[in-house]
Order: sequence, then structure tokens, then C-alpha cells
Amino acid sequence: MEEKPKLLSFFDIASILLLIAASYLTLVFAPQEAVMGQVQRVFYFHVSAGWVGMIGFFVAVVSGIFYLAKGEHKWDVAGLAGIELGLVFFFINIVTGSIWARPIWNTWWTWDPRLVTATIVELVYIAYLMLRQGIEDPDRRARFGAIYAIVGFVSVPMTFLSIRIWRTIHPVVIGSSDPGAEGAFEMTADMKTAFFFSLFTFTVIGITLVWHRIRLGNLADKVEALKLKLM
Amino acid sequence: MSLNAETKARSTQGQTSFFKSMWAIVWKDVSAEWRSRELFSAMLVFALLVIMIFNFALELNIRERNEITAGVLWVTFAFAGTLGLNRSMAVEKDRGCLDGLLLAPVDRSAIYFGKVLGNLIFMLVVEAIVLPIYSILYNTNLFQGGLILVILLGSIGYAVVGTLLSSMAVQARTRDVLLPILLFPVILPVLIAAVRASSYYLQGQPMDLIQPSLNLLMAYDVIFSAVAYALFDYVVEE
Repeated sequence: MEEKPKLLSFFDIASILLLIAASYLTLVFAPQEAVMGQVQRVFYFHVSAGWVGMIGFFVAVVSGIFYLAKGEHKWDVAGLAGIELGLVFFFINIVTGSIWARPIWNTWWTWDPRLVTATIVELVYIAYLMLRQGIEDPDRRARFGAIYAIVGFVSVPMTFLSIRIWRTIHPVVIGSSDPGAEGAFEMTADMKTAFFFSLFTFTVIGITLVWHRIRLGNLADKVEALKLKLM
Repeated sequence: MSLNAETKARSTQGQTSFFKSMWAIVWKDVSAEWRSRELFSAMLVFALLVIMIFNFALELNIRERNEITAGVLWVTFAFAGTLGLNRSMAVEKDRGCLDGLLLAPVDRSAIYFGKVLGNLIFMLVVEAIVLPIYSILYNTNLFQGGLILVILLGSIGYAVVGTLLSSMAVQARTRDVLLPILLFPVILPVLIAAVRASSYYLQGQPMDLIQPSLNLLMAYDVIFSAVAYALFDYVVEE
């Protein structure tokens, strides 16, 4: 096995330190929101996790396109890494959102466009993993994975649009705010510091995890190749 | 003949051979089906059974019926559709017909669009039988221009994506189980828009309420035809 790069070890330590700092900033440093109280602090990690999840899926679709165009195996490994990362972080996003929604919307769940879309994204990429599981031939598995990642990526915005035709209650904190949204608020300067810091932290954690996952994927390929040699 | 005219002649020849081979595949599917009626009868009986189940599960009484007819119809079409898609691709795969098709010197996309058209025809025929039966059983008139347009647009989107995904699903170990799992999350926009538009039509709502859903259906059909056209080559490439 190739040696672990120095930079990756640096990323490992940086992720841990950043996460500790971000926890301090969001849980202690950031002021308490006037209307919602302590539960608003979920917001910082909620948005950050969603952001990293989206990056993961974006990595997957770009890798899918590159795989189909070039046929190089490394793009398949990167795509799978992106999707696994996206699945985990989107799940964190949904769970933290639910925790926030219980006191603010008075329900764990509502059929709002963003919530449904996030869930559909999870289902699409779980289906992706099941598709991969059902195919033994590695080349075909990679090709079908890339195709399905692209199809899913094109379909998800349309799901969002199709529900968006109804109105939404999900708040939009960054950019313009919808007057119909429940639980919207303005960020103060200290909140912004905490928010952007946790965004940065999660991005670093995401990069670290993807890197580890790619190395793991390469290792799994080697194991598979060795197994074929033995048979 | 000038060079320009020659290329033009060649491209028209290419076009005719594209439509010819596409048509040949549609014809093959339809005539094979006409002789066995395996797929069609399975889809139809299944669709009728689903409607029966809905009748008892939802207590389709006269007041609620108008609001949920659209939903019942689309769930029925979607379930019956997966049955058809699975079968139509499994037949190609099992007897090695797909390899034969791929060996033929025709454009791969002609094969894809031929299969799409074949699947679309089966779906439309099933729908054309289910609609009058539903109308009679529940005493609602489903023969309205708008509703039929929605059904056509929705079925096109369904067949376009379904054919692409079923051609992948048949090559997997868990193929019968896999197709609905792959298909339903990506077909959701079609189902949402189609149910909404159908139900608005049935309730006689004004056109500006229906238009966004219709636009979405059309956009979906166009976008996914292009995406599937670009990707199908990679599905069958060996």
C-alpha cells in the first residue's frame, strides 16, 4: 500500500481542530437568536452539512462525465467517494433540520420542496449504490454508475421545481427571504463569523473524507484484482 | 453532382436509414407482442387489479373520487409501466437478441428510440383500455382533451427514462427488483406534474393553474430525451 501522504495527515489534524473551534463558535460565541432561542444554533451545521453534501454529489456527476468521456478508472473511484460523502452529509442535514423544525414548525417533517428534494436525493443515490451492488463486472459497474449519477443529477432540480409550484415554508437565510417562510431571521456579524467558519470547517472535513475514501477505493480495487488472480 | 449536394444526399440517406431501422425495431416489438400478447395482457390485468385494490383501500366514494382519480390513475400507470419495461428488455437480454441488435449496422440511438416507441405504444394501449373501464366503473368522464394530452406527455417521459434505466437494470443481478428502485426517484417530477395537471383538468380548473405543470412535463420530456440519447451508447457499449 502506498504511504499516507503528509498533506492528508495535516488535513486529518486540521479537521479535528477546526471542528472543535467551530463547535465553540456556534455553541458559545455566536449570540442567541432572539425569537427561536438555542435551537437556532443547529442552523450553522445544518447548512454546512447540506453544502458539503451538495459538493459530494457535484463531484460525483463531474466524475461520471469524465469517466464516460475518458474511461479512466480513477474517475469511478472518485465518483463513488463523492456519492458516499454526499449521502452521509445530506443525512446529517436532514436530521439536524428535523431537530430544528420540531420546535419551530411544530412538526418533525413537512412536505416542503426542499425537504422532499433532499429525501429524493438520498433515495436516488441509495438506488445508485444498489445498482452498483448488483453488477459484478467492474467496467460495467463503473459505466452504469456514471450514467445513473448523471440521470439523477438532472432529475433532482426538476423534482424541486415540480413541488416548488406549490408554496414553501422553508426559510431562506442567505439571499432574499420569502415572507411566507416560517423561522427566518437576520444574521448578526458574530453569527456570520460562526456560520462561515463552520462552512469552512465542513468543507475541510469533506475534502479529508473524500481523500480517505478514494484511497480506500484504490485499496479495494487492489484486493479485487488479487482475488481474481487467486481464482 | 457538387460536393454540397452529395453530402446532402448522404445525410438524407442517413436519416431514412435511421427512421427505417427505428421503425423496424418498433415493428418487431409490436408484431411479437401481437402474436404472444404476454406483456400486454399482464400489464392490463395488473392495471385493473391495482384499480380494484385502490377501490377498497381508499373507499372511492362519490365525493372523494373526483379529487383522487388522478392519483389512482397515475399510480396504476406507473406500476403497470414497470412491468412492461422489465419484460420488454428481459426478452431482448435472455435470448441474446440484444447482442444481435447491437451487431446490426445501425445507429445505436435508432435501437434506443425504437425500444422507447415500442414501450410507449404498449403503455398507451393499456391506458386507452383502462380509461374507459375506469370511466364506466366510477361513472366519471375521463375522455377530456386536456387529460389525454397530460397522459401522452407523462407516458413519453416515463418511456424515455424507463427504457434507458431498464436496459441497465436487466444487466444487473437483481434486475426485477432493481428497475422500480432506479426508476421511481428519477421519474418523480413526471408523476407530480402529471397528477397535478390531470387532477386540475378533472376539476375543471382554469388554464393558468395547469400551464406550469404542462410546461414542466414538456421540459422533462425534451431534457430526458436528449440525456438518454447521449447516454444510451454507453449502456450498450461492451
